[in-house]
This record gives sequence, C-alpha cells and structure tokens, in this order.
Amino acid sequence: MKEIIRQLVETTGPSGYESDVRALVKKMLKGQVDSMKVDALGNLITRKGKKSKDGLTVMLSAHMDEIGIIATHIDDNGFVRFTSVGGVFPRNTAGGRVRFLKTGQVGVIGMESHKNQSSVPGLEKMYIDVGASKRSDVKVSVGDVAAFDRPFEDLGTRLVSKAMDDRIGVAVLMEVMKQLKTTPHEVVGVFSTQEEVGTRGATTAAYGVDPDLGIALDVTLTGDTPNADTMAVSLGNGPAIKVKDGGMISDPRVVAWMEAGAKRARLPYQMEVLTGGTTDARSIQMTRAGVPVGCVSIPCRYVHSPSEMVDYGDVQNSVKLLLALLSKPVQLR
Amino acid sequence: MAIRKKPNWKAPRIGAAELALLETLSNASGVSGNEAAIRRIVQEEINGLADDVVVDAVGNLLVTKKGRGQNLPRVMLAAHMDEVGFMITGDDGDGIFRIETVGGVDERTLAGKPVWVGEKRQPGVIGAKPVHLTTASERSSALTLDALRIDLGPASAKKARVGDWATFATEFTRVGPSLRGKALDDRLGVTTLITLLKHAPANIDLLAAFTVQEEIGLRGARVAGYAMKPDIAIALDCTPAMDLPRWDGSENTQYRSKLDGGPAIYVADGSTLADPRLVTHLQAVGDAYGIPYQLRQPGSGGTDAGAIHKTRDGVPSISVSVPARYLHTPAAIARLDDWKNSLALLHAALTHIDRDLLKGAR
Amino acid sequence: MLETKDLLKQMIQVSGLSGHEAPIREVIEPAWKPLTDEMHTSRLGSLHARKHGSGPAPRPSIAIVTHMDAIGLIVKQIDSEGLLHVDQIGGLDPRVLPSQMVMVHTQGGDLPGLLVMPPAHCLPEEDASGAPQLKHLRVDTGLRPTAARRQVRVGDLISFASKPVELDGDLLAGHSLDNRASVAVLTEALRLLGRRKHAWDVWAVATAQEEETLFGATTSGYALRPTLAVVIDVTFAKSPSAPAHRTYDQNKGPTLDWGPNTHPKFHREMEKLAKRLEIPVQEAVYSKSSGTDAILLQVTVEGIPTVVVGIPLRYMHTPVEVVNTKDIERASRLLAEFVSALDETFMDKIRLDKTDEN
Repeated sequence: MKEIIRQLVETTGPSGYESDVRALVKKMLKGQVDSMKVDALGNLITRKGKKSKDGLTVMLSAHMDEIGIIATHIDDNGFVRFTSVGGVFPRNTAGGRVRFLKTGQVGVIGMESHKNQSSVPGLEKMYIDVGASKRSDVKVSVGDVAAFDRPFEDLGTRLVSKAMDDRIGVAVLMEVMKQLKTTPHEVVGVFSTQEEVGTRGATTAAYGVDPDLGIALDVTLTGDTPNADTMAVSLGNGPAIKVKDGGMISDPRVVAWMEAGAKRARLPYQMEVLTGGTTDARSIQMTRAGVPVGCVSIPCRYVHSPSEMVDYGDVQNSVKLLLALLSKPVQLR
Repeated sequence: MAIRKKPNWKAPRIGAAELALLETLSNASGVSGNEAAIRRIVQEEINGLADDVVVDAVGNLLVTKKGRGQNLPRVMLAAHMDEVGFMITGDDGDGIFRIETVGGVDERTLAGKPVWVGEKRQPGVIGAKPVHLTTASERSSALTLDALRIDLGPASAKKARVGDWATFATEFTRVGPSLRGKALDDRLGVTTLITLLKHAPANIDLLAAFTVQEEIGLRGARVAGYAMKPDIAIALDCTPAMDLPRWDGSENTQYRSKLDGGPAIYVADGSTLADPRLVTHLQAVGDAYGIPYQLRQPGSGGTDAGAIHKTRDGVPSISVSVPARYLHTPAAIARLDDWKNSLALLHAALTHIDRDLLKGAR
Repeated sequence: MLETKDLLKQMIQVSGLSGHEAPIREVIEPAWKPLTDEMHTSRLGSLHARKHGSGPAPRPSIAIVTHMDAIGLIVKQIDSEGLLHVDQIGGLDPRVLPSQMVMVHTQGGDLPGLLVMPPAHCLPEEDASGAPQLKHLRVDTGLRPTAARRQVRVGDLISFASKPVELDGDLLAGHSLDNRASVAVLTEALRLLGRRKHAWDVWAVATAQEEETLFGATTSGYALRPTLAVVIDVTFAKSPSAPAHRTYDQNKGPTLDWGPNTHPKFHREMEKLAKRLEIPVQEAVYSKSSGTDAILLQVTVEGIPTVVVGIPLRYMHTPVEVVNTKDIERASRLLAEFVSALDETFMDKIRLDKTDEN
C-alpha cells in the first residue's frame, strides 16, 4: 500500500485541477469496481455492490484535490505573483518550491523585505522565482496553477509528504473499494474534487448519488506535538471517529455505529473533536432532504504544509475499520 | 479542436438603443431584495422575444429562448438585477433616518451624497458635520455608518419609514470613452444579457436568468440554477478594475482587472473554480475572432457562478465580467469598448458551443 | 421669490472658486442689472452695484456684502494613468470627497470627473484603511491616459458638479449654497427695495476670495467706504452630529451675530426692527470671530460698523448643503425693511460714545 500512497501523493492535483489524480485512481481501480463515472465537477464516482433488502446506499468520500497556488501576475522583472488555492498558510511557503501544471516549470517562493520578524507577511508580499532573468523568459501566465513540490518519504511507521491531505484518504478509499467482497450495501466510493475550496465537489456528488448514509475519509489534526493546541488525537492511536468539527456535527447514530464496529473488530480508535476545519461530510449532510453522516479521520501532523505526516498503522486500521463496518447491515439508533 | 471564425458572424451592436437601456437601468433603483423596478424594465424589454418567461418565488426573472433543433446544449447566462445600497433602519424624527448598507458598500463613500429613498424615490441627502466644527483628530478617523444619516427634511418625516430601501442618486453619464454611473454592477451584465436574447444563437437553448440578491450572497442564482438545470452556465458580471497607479510608483500587481483590457475571463475567484474547458473555449474564441480579453486575476470575490455550479449534481460554470473601476461606490467607471468586446466575445463563444465541448476531461 | 429661487438654483450650478469668480459673477451681473443703478467690478473681482437712495446728496450708504466664491479643488499633478492629483481651495473635509461628481475646468472646456479613493493596495499600508486623505484622492475623468494628459493641465480648477435637489418643505440641497444662498437674499432684498422708498444709497456687493483670504471684502470696503455694512453669510444649522450649542434651527429665521466682530448697537437696532415687524430671528454668539467677511471688513480703513446676518445651513462645505428658502425670504424682508428705515439720525443712534437711554 505504501507504493500506492507514494504514487498518489507525488501526483499533482490542486483544487479544480484533479485530472491527473483522477486518471491514476481510475487506472488503479480498473476492474476492481462495478462502475465508474465522472460528473460535471470532475468527481470520480465508483460503485460496488447492490443494495439488498437491509442494505443502504453508502457514500464514502475522499477528496483528490490538494492545496496549491495560482498565478495572478507576472511582474516587470519576471517574478510570478500568486494567490492560494485552498488554505495555504503563508508561514509554510517561503523557501518552498512549486511546480506549474501546464508547463512543468519549477519555481521557488521568495518574500519581499520583511522587517517585522514577529509577524508573517501575506501571500501578496511573496513571489515565485522561476529562474528567469527577464519577463519574456517566464512561461507562466495569469491563471496558471501550481502545486507544492516535495517528495514522499517513508520514515518506517510514519509517512511524510505534501498532499497527504487527502491522498491518504484516497488511498484508504481505494483499498476499501478493492478489498470489499461481500456487502449488503451499494457502496459508492466518491473521489471528490474542490474540497479545499469549500467541499464543493462533494456537494454536487452527494446530490447525484443521493445516499442513505455518508462517510467522509479525511485527515485530522493531532495534539501530540510540542506545545500543540489541545486535541485528544495522536498519531498511531488508530483511526479517529469524528464527533464534530468546525462545520459539521456527526450524526450521533453514525458515531455510535462506528464505535461499536471498531470495538467488535478489536481495532484501535480514538474520538475526534476538531475545533476548526471541516470535511466533505458537511456537504453530504445537507444534501437534498438531509443525510446521516460521519467521518473516519486519519490523524495527520503539519496539515497544509509540504510535510504532512501520518502513521502507517492508522492508515491500515482505517481500511480495516471501514471494511468491518460495511460488510454488515447498518442499524442506526 | 481549433475554433475558426464563422465568416458570416457579426457581433451584436451596442448602439444608441443599448446605451439608452443601460442608462435607464443604471438610474433605476433595485437594491438587493427590492429588484421589482429593474425586473419591470427587463420584462418590458424582452417582451415577445422568448419561449418562456417566469418570475420565480424569490423574484428571479427566468427566460428561456430555444434554439433550432432537438437536444441542444442548455446554456444558462446569469446577470444579477440587484445593486448595493441601503435600508432605512431607524427613524430619528424630523425627516432624519438611520441606515444600514445592503451589500458591500464602502462606508467611506457615503458622506455628502444625494440619495433616493423608497418606491417613490423621495430625494434626500447624506450630510456630514461641517468641517469647521470638526477637530483634526476627528477628521483622521473615517466617518462610519453610526455617524451618518439620511436627511429628507422635516416636511418629509412621514415620507419614508423603517424598511424602505435607498440608493445613491447618481445619474448615468458618458465621459469620453467611458460610461459612468451607479449600479453598472451589474446593469451592464443585464443589458448584455437582454442584447444576447435579442440576438440568440440558434445552436443552443439560451436560458437567461436575471437574478436577485447577488450582492448579499448569490442567493437568487442558487434557486435559478436549480430550476433551470443547465448543461453550462456563464455569469455575466462586472469585476473591479483596481488598476490605479500605486502611491510610490511601484508596480501595481494586484489590479484584479484592467480597463481597456477587454472582457475579464475568470479562472478562479473566491466562489468558483471555473471549468477549465470553458476557460479554454473562451480564450480560443477570443483568439480566433480577434476579440481582446484578459484573465481576471485569481483571488477573492464571487459571481452568480459560485452558486450555480454547485446546484444539483453540478454545472460546468464560468464568469465573464466587464472591468469597471470604483464598484460598490456611488459611481463606477467602465469603458464602452470593454463592454462591446464582452458582448462580442460572449456571442461568438455561444455560437461555438456544442455537446462536444464538455466531452474532454475537466 | 420664485424668481430668486430659480436664480439660486442657477447660481449653484456654476463654479466660481475663490480667486476665480468670473463664472458666478456672470450670473449675478444680469440679475442685479435691472435692480440697481450702476455697477462695476473691483480689481480683485468683487461685484459692486449701487442703488441710489432718495435722500439729498452726498448720501450715506449701506453696503450689503455677500461672498460669491465657492470652495473646490485644483489639479496638482497628472499621473501615468491620467488621473488627477488635487489640492483644495477653501476648507474641505476629505472624508466627504470620495465618489463626488466634479467638473474639471480645462482650457479646452469642461470635463466631468469623479473623485475617487484608490483601492487599498495602491496606498501605503498605514493609509489603506481609515479616513480618506486628500493626498491620496484622485479625479478620474474617464479619459484614457494620453487624452487626459493632453486636455488637463496642472492648475486647472475643479468644482463640485452635484445638481440642485429640491426636498419637500421648501428645502434646497446642493453645493455652494455657502454663500450663494446669501447672494439670493441680497438679490431678493434689492427686488423688494425697488417697490419702496429708501433715503440711503445701497451698495450690493458680491465679494471674491472669502473662503481663502477675505481679501475681497476688505478691498471692497476700502473702495466703497460705506457708512454701514451688513455681511450676510451662511451659518450652521442643527443637523445630526453637529453640536447643538453651536447650531441654529432652520425655518426660524436668520441669525444675528453677537460678539466683538459685530457692532453692538447696530446689532440691537436690527434686532429691535425684527421684533417690531414680527420677523423671527435667532441670536448667534461668537466669542472671537464671526468666520465671515466681517472679520476684515469691520477693520477696513477707519473701521466700518458691521453686523452679520446668518442663514442656517445644514452640512456646510459638503456638496449637499441644505437651506430652507423660507429663511432666505425672511432675511431679505428684514434687510429691505431695515434699509428703507435708515434716516439721517441712524448713525447718531449707534454712536458708541453715547450712553444707552435705557
């Protein structure tokens, strides 16, 4: 599974420009699911299993997109000015590298003179140096999108890369779709788009799928690093069952079902209450007449930095938990 | 798939009639939530042009103009009827009224302006304390809504009431190569859309949505998009041209769009990542037809596309805007040429839309 | 009065900034022509018009002085984008300037403009939010850069272009009602005096440069040597956010200024007359200066006994000043009555070295 993760995270797909990731997922899932289709916003919708009498249509959603940047101006001296696609933290950018999708051109992020060391300048004070000595050498135009460039590193039990958010969810969902053999449900695996700009892909995918139950697979923050904000989630303690985040309250029946499932399967798990941020589950929940939702989170350190870190055990246990949950009828109570 | 200019294609003209219509629309009052006056003007203008005209539950005017043939692509064009303005929220007596802004009005542009209040457009002014009675420290802090009132005069104390809408009393005018008026955002788009209805290409079903409540959160477009179920959507709007020189002469890198740069094609704004196939299409049409265009600098802001593209199971969407300076103030300035080129680009782009356009990968 | 109101509306649609009063003078001249006997323009551009009295020559004279100049802006620089940087003429609060309609008076003709505040990113960080500052404001003429640079030159004047708005209840809103409202008072007074006898000569004076230097009034005082002077200027009317103790009611008549800048006995005579005629007036108190042409006029040559009549005006020095035309009517009646009541005993009545009889 590590090789799959490596391939996924090293593919680029900022929000709205997920086609390379989608092509890779499609290739890897070929012959492993009953059907695949792409909707108007580029969501890849895969299906496995038939809805039996006591089954449901269960939508699982993991987003393919990652944060990135988009060029806003090429200045007189050939520096590319840019803004974010999704939640890019200025503090994580200076000195980083990006690669433009269209041209493959690589650039280094630099910063204008900044005297006040205690504050972080905004992105409008930063620029991308593509190594051009004059404006005409720059092949980038306004509107060109780039992704952060950083290779995958296997640290043993821990894995590090850019775009772990949420390729690790994509990897988990792919494994679930592949390994799922018998299920009373119609399991719809949605590889969604535009999550980082406001869970937009999941909004339309959920409308199209019209599920009975929705589960998002995404990363969550941890509280296990030096002087971290308080959060009872740690790397390596198992998948996190989300109770609440900044934009969604999980259906308590779904939370109870997940918790019982994890216990029954003797899998480690932890309960998650996330102060900010949200996932595709928010959009699924408010679709049409409403959908009961939950979220299985993979704990991740340094989210929205070029070095997002997850625990391989958590990843494997997430797959196991979902397979255990989906192989049986669901009773929400 | 290269686009070749159709030899017999002609851009719809912007002549005296279109300018007069823009003037009428710019001068009319239609603050978000109170678009009736604008809707009446549009309805009258499109009378007899369309196959179907509906005013929906929130006040959107939804117009269908079918093309020739079956199973044509359903292309939704949306232009919002509403403008930013005010609502009367308090009555201090003697014809003095407190206000709140509706939509993103810069409060610093309010003082010393004439206004029209209510359905009957009662004239009034937003005054300011005489400069003689102010202190230097007072003058160094901005005048906020709290200190500003609409004054209709004591004789008009009963001629307005809490809940009435008000707009800047700005009269449209042409200045050199430019158009100047209030509410160009988005009466320019509304006039463009009316003109496109009058010159609707036969290769598509044109779904024209004159929407409400754009300025307070794209609220009209949301239901319009749901109702119309389009295959493709294009929002026709106005975008800020913040292309003024910087105070120190350094390069202005955050202009958003530029006057005289042609229609602004969106790649990304705060509400929408435009469908890349539509970006490519509009650029290809612009190149083939020799119509100037610019890519709007990606960044914040939003148009009706932000709501439409998320309706039902998703709609490939984009926005095309006329660049204009000083939007959301008592008067904006746009170039007539940019407007003409916007209309031309949209019309040409529509004539080249077919079902194959969306066959490629997004 | 209807005629005077039309004249006033006409007067607030022309420029005539301090030091450049020709456009407004050209409107006042034909209005005064039929109402007066002789007329000339001073070396500084003030308009002097005399209406002869019926008394034996040499007759004493009363000057009724109203400044006709207006506040506005002037082109300071033209930038690369053809936008105009501006300086002010007269006292302006920059906070009322963004988004005002203006007229740029170029050598090739008038050019409509829009005063604007540049977007935040075009300003230094510390000025990006907060109160607008004059140094950052620009005038956008809608012209392309080369055309703008060709047509406009540094030094061109910029006046407000807001049109008059009639509000219900005899209110009129517009720019330059300071002090064209007082010119209307004087014009109407001349009209009333046409129908009644007056012994003294009347000098109708429309002064230049009040908003900048007060030089119009003092030079006219020197040239005309009037026996008495009445300065009519606008004063602060009650309005939201203006302090109550320094403002006066509209529709309750003109104010009569009291303080060192006015002649106390002349003031009391005016007050008495108003009371007798049942014309409502309000007393306005100024501990130092009246803030009008009277500042210098009072101390011109050997000193001129001067009073100040105020017309309450809302939102002074904004382009939406508001006046009540009823106050204009009352002030003109008071002036006409006062002038026709002047006789050979008046100067004696107001001698400062005489003890009051009561």
